[in-house]
Amino acid sequence: MIQTSSLEFTYQGREKCTLSFPDIDLPPQEDLLILGPSGIGKTTLLHLLAGLLPPKGGDVFISNTCINKLTRKQLDCFRGQHIGLIFQRPYFVRSLTLLENLNIREQLSKKKKDLYRREELVEQLGLSNLQNKRIHQLSEGQQQRLSIALGVIHKPKVILADEPTSNLDDINCEKVIRLLKKEAQICKSNLVIITHDHRVKTHFDNHLVL
Amino acid sequence: MLSISLATFVLQVRNQLNQHLEKNIKPFDMVIGAKGSPLQLVLSSVLHIDNPTGNIPFKEALKISKNPMVKEITAVSYGDNYKGVRILGTPIEYLTKYNAKLREGKLYEKPFEVVIGNYVAKKNNLSVGDTFVSAHGLAENELEKHNEKPFVVTGILKPTGLIIDDLIITNLESIWEVHEHEDEHIHHEEEHDEQREVTSLLVKFRNPIGALQMSGHINKNTTMQAALPKFEIERLMKFLGIGFKTINGIAIAILLVAGLSIFFNLIKTVRERKQELALLRTYGANTLQLVKLVFLEALFLSLLGSVLGWLIGRISLWFFSTFAQNLYGYHFVFSPPNNRELIVLILVILTTLLAAILASLSLFKLNVSKTISNA
Repeated sequence: MIQTSSLEFTYQGREKCTLSFPDIDLPPQEDLLILGPSGIGKTTLLHLLAGLLPPKGGDVFISNTCINKLTRKQLDCFRGQHIGLIFQRPYFVRSLTLLENLNIREQLSKKKKDLYRREELVEQLGLSNLQNKRIHQLSEGQQQRLSIALGVIHKPKVILADEPTSNLDDINCEKVIRLLKKEAQICKSNLVIITHDHRVKTHFDNHLVL
Repeated sequence: MLSISLATFVLQVRNQLNQHLEKNIKPFDMVIGAKGSPLQLVLSSVLHIDNPTGNIPFKEALKISKNPMVKEITAVSYGDNYKGVRILGTPIEYLTKYNAKLREGKLYEKPFEVVIGNYVAKKNNLSVGDTFVSAHGLAENELEKHNEKPFVVTGILKPTGLIIDDLIITNLESIWEVHEHEDEHIHHEEEHDEQREVTSLLVKFRNPIGALQMSGHINKNTTMQAALPKFEIERLMKFLGIGFKTINGIAIAILLVAGLSIFFNLIKTVRERKQELALLRTYGANTLQLVKLVFLEALFLSLLGSVLGWLIGRISLWFFSTFAQNLYGYHFVFSPPNNRELIVLILVILTTLLAAILASLSLFKLNVSKTISNA
């Protein structure tokens, strides 16, 4: 469940131009697509929801926790447990293998390790036989799937995806959306996708245009 | 790493050189020889590296030994070498001064029987029963060989780590006989005993005051000179000290530069891996955990560097040792880390930790959102 109220943000050094965001009220397990042209503040909104940026005004509630009132450390901990982020360009710890990346993610979430969950997820994403490969040995599509795995392995309450399909062709775009929807269902979590990709629109009912 | 190699190397060379010199001069309080440089006398007669200052009459030696302050007197005489190894003529007591024990064979009894040091035996492949001819002088040469009188190896000494490892030792008579044989062509009818000479006398006193009194007396009233090895070596170390200080200074400078480079490297690492660190933050890692990560990495690097540096220092010491052994008959032992090296190690780790602290300051200001989205 995600709720925001009169959320505002200003960039450091540009205090004059304040970004205001419409209120969001997303019941549990519902998906939301945030659309809008580049530069409007989509990523900023996503980072506000993830607690990576502190809002200037307003509140963000995730599962009834007001995350902008948490201390820095609590927020890191909360983020690790309940939020899954998927980035436009996948990030990894480059010196580690696929499996080690998943492990470190799980470890930092401070949740009990769920071997079954990991195996199932790796299986679903078709990464089973790549577990001991290093990141640079993976293809782009495999990297994209791994980044989804990293976003959802700890069963977060909220999955936040930032332009997950912008670099993909139609077939892979379709696949990624289906995967994200499926994982959100399995995790019983909210899926929030920001995108300017019109291919994604048709898959979601709930749109928010900035 | 490089600076640690250098620092440990210098420290070891100085330490071992000091110990080496101390151990070698310990048995003797005073050296009496021909007039010349006292340092040269000590270097030649005790440490066997320089050329002797000349010879002194043997009967003078006998006079000195009657002095009540003198505990023991050991005459040494040079003349020949075998492949550059000095042949030292001296009574058997010389060996007991250095606690040298035989590895095999027996001690020399007659002229032209020799006992050889462990290193000499190894280097020249000599074993008990072998014979060799000596060459005149102290440097290797092919021209002046005493072919008529070969020496026989009767014993090989156990390694001592002292100067005698690199000596061939025989009795005084052997040296005299080799050269008398030559001299016969020139001084036919002279009485040998009267003109017998030794290179120097190594004196042990009953108490240290005796050494001071007697050296004054000898230097003033005789044609010989007396030198106190301890004093001369201290003087020598003072001269060398400047060199060591310079090298030490260089090592410290390199250490500083290394510290700086560790520091910049860490900052660079933090900067280059900013994205990975930011990623770990989105995974729920807090700043403290990232700081820990940087510290662990710094600690690991500095420890690895120290250990490798120390090893390289020791390996170069070993190379230097083989080189020095050939030139000067010195060799260094592979010793475990000592206190000073531990201090260097601690300094290195402290520098690295300081660098890590400074490098991790930027982690507190890490803007995760910006780092992630500006990729």
